[in-house]
Amino acid sequence: MNTRSIDAAIVTTAAAGPDTELQAWGAARQRRLWRRRLLPALGIVGLLALWWAVVVGFGVKPFIAPSPGLVLQTLYAKRVVLLANLIPTGLEAAGGFLLGNLAAIAVATLFVHNKTVQEIFFPVVLMFNAIPIVAKAPILVLIMGNGVEPKITIAALVCFFPTLVNMVRGLESVNPQAMELMRVLSASRSEIFFRLRLFNALPYLFSALRISASMCVIGAVVGEWIGANVGVGALIIQATFNFDSALLYSAIVMSACLSGLFYLLVALLERRIVRWQPEPVN
Amino acid sequence: MAALMNPLPAASIRCRDIGVRFFSERGSVTALQGLNLDVAVGEFLALLGPSGCGKSTLLRVVSDLLPPSHGRIEVFDGAPSVARLKRDIGFVFQDAALLPWRTALQNVELPLQVGGGAARRGRRSPRELLALVGLAGSENAFPHELSGGMRQRVAIARALASDPRVLLMDEPFGALDEITRDRLNEELRRVWRETGLTILFVTHSIHEAAYLGQHVLMLAANPGRVREIVPVELPEDRTLAVRETPEFVQITARLRRLLETC
Repeated sequence: MNTRSIDAAIVTTAAAGPDTELQAWGAARQRRLWRRRLLPALGIVGLLALWWAVVVGFGVKPFIAPSPGLVLQTLYAKRVVLLANLIPTGLEAAGGFLLGNLAAIAVATLFVHNKTVQEIFFPVVLMFNAIPIVAKAPILVLIMGNGVEPKITIAALVCFFPTLVNMVRGLESVNPQAMELMRVLSASRSEIFFRLRLFNALPYLFSALRISASMCVIGAVVGEWIGANVGVGALIIQATFNFDSALLYSAIVMSACLSGLFYLLVALLERRIVRWQPEPVN
Repeated sequence: MAALMNPLPAASIRCRDIGVRFFSERGSVTALQGLNLDVAVGEFLALLGPSGCGKSTLLRVVSDLLPPSHGRIEVFDGAPSVARLKRDIGFVFQDAALLPWRTALQNVELPLQVGGGAARRGRRSPRELLALVGLAGSENAFPHELSGGMRQRVAIARALASDPRVLLMDEPFGALDEITRDRLNEELRRVWRETGLTILFVTHSIHEAAYLGQHVLMLAANPGRVREIVPVELPEDRTLAVRETPEFVQITARLRRLLETC
């Protein structure tokens, strides 16, 4: 049998009827996809069931820990209060996210272009980052007062560091041969920055932004703990002092949703912008 | 024609007593020492030698990526930096080094977008260059969608985009499988004959050097220096079948013996 007749044989089997092996493969793939969707949902449902079973089974008092049903009820009943407190926190977190990340990108750009500045100031940034955020927060409230400014600043500070570190790494970790190519082409520093370094840094930037997306909410809430009349942080403190655990849990659920929303937005933006795959290795 | 210590009028690259040293905590390494070389305009010169003989270093000296510690070098009767600024130099790296966020066509356009490249637009458009290296129809593919051989073809088209007079190739096919490598070797010779470029081609393969080059520059290591320049007396319009002729076998045997004594 020569090659031509083998080809012909393959074509005939394909044309003769439905390819059962291909169909079986397709069905197995569908099963795997459903598995991947169902198992995480199962985990969440299981956790809620366990929570409910513990609260009911051990007769835990509602002011110690509410049942999931009670939290759900409170989320609906107090939706006006919750939303009124969620919006300021969301704005503070978003403001901090923008401010902190833009500052980090600017500083990273400066560091990459001026090694001396980087060598002088990077240890300072490192030291500043070593101070816990709950210790930095009161200082900022003392300086900036009780308004939104310290909250935005705290949210910005927690976003700043991961983005700075990742952005510097992204701008610097350029393929050395691509760098040599740019030099052979007599590219200027700004051309190297805008055509090579910046694109190279985008995947690094987005992994930092994913971290920032949840960190900025934490920053805003911590800022509100120190002193605020509105916001999820203020609501958490209030609910704790009043032993209103149902409201406390509702506030926590709301802030988690806020973090999730920010994360989702960053992930969507990343999918739109970073469409390439890292350079394949020969 | 390449000849040792024999200055010819139509030399594209002229090296006189070139020395390059690298320094580290463990001491210094002499990558090149007392290297003299003349490369004629339009010559295809293959560079062969053991690891650490300074083949890649020599390409980096010619392309102004690395200043020599000693000696004088001229590229088209001027300093390498002048040739670089005039876009006379094209470089193809071992790793294709394509920008992964650009399509094949956009990668080939890069030389026209940086370093004042628009001012010196090549005779052939990026689209024509992709066709020249056999990639017509793949203009909009991203690097991760291309095979290793196709990526290297894009890198060659990119090096040709600014219409250079000398093409420096640093083991460009070293990481490819043998079949792809053979085909690219054949096509590189075709491109060279069509463009009239001067090509310096670094390789580890004796067969590649003998098939591609008009001359093979054999370098010796520790310190890197010229061992011998071997002329390749094979027909200019050779195909891969030339590798089965007794003449070819003779040349590769000679190169192998030389390599063993380097």
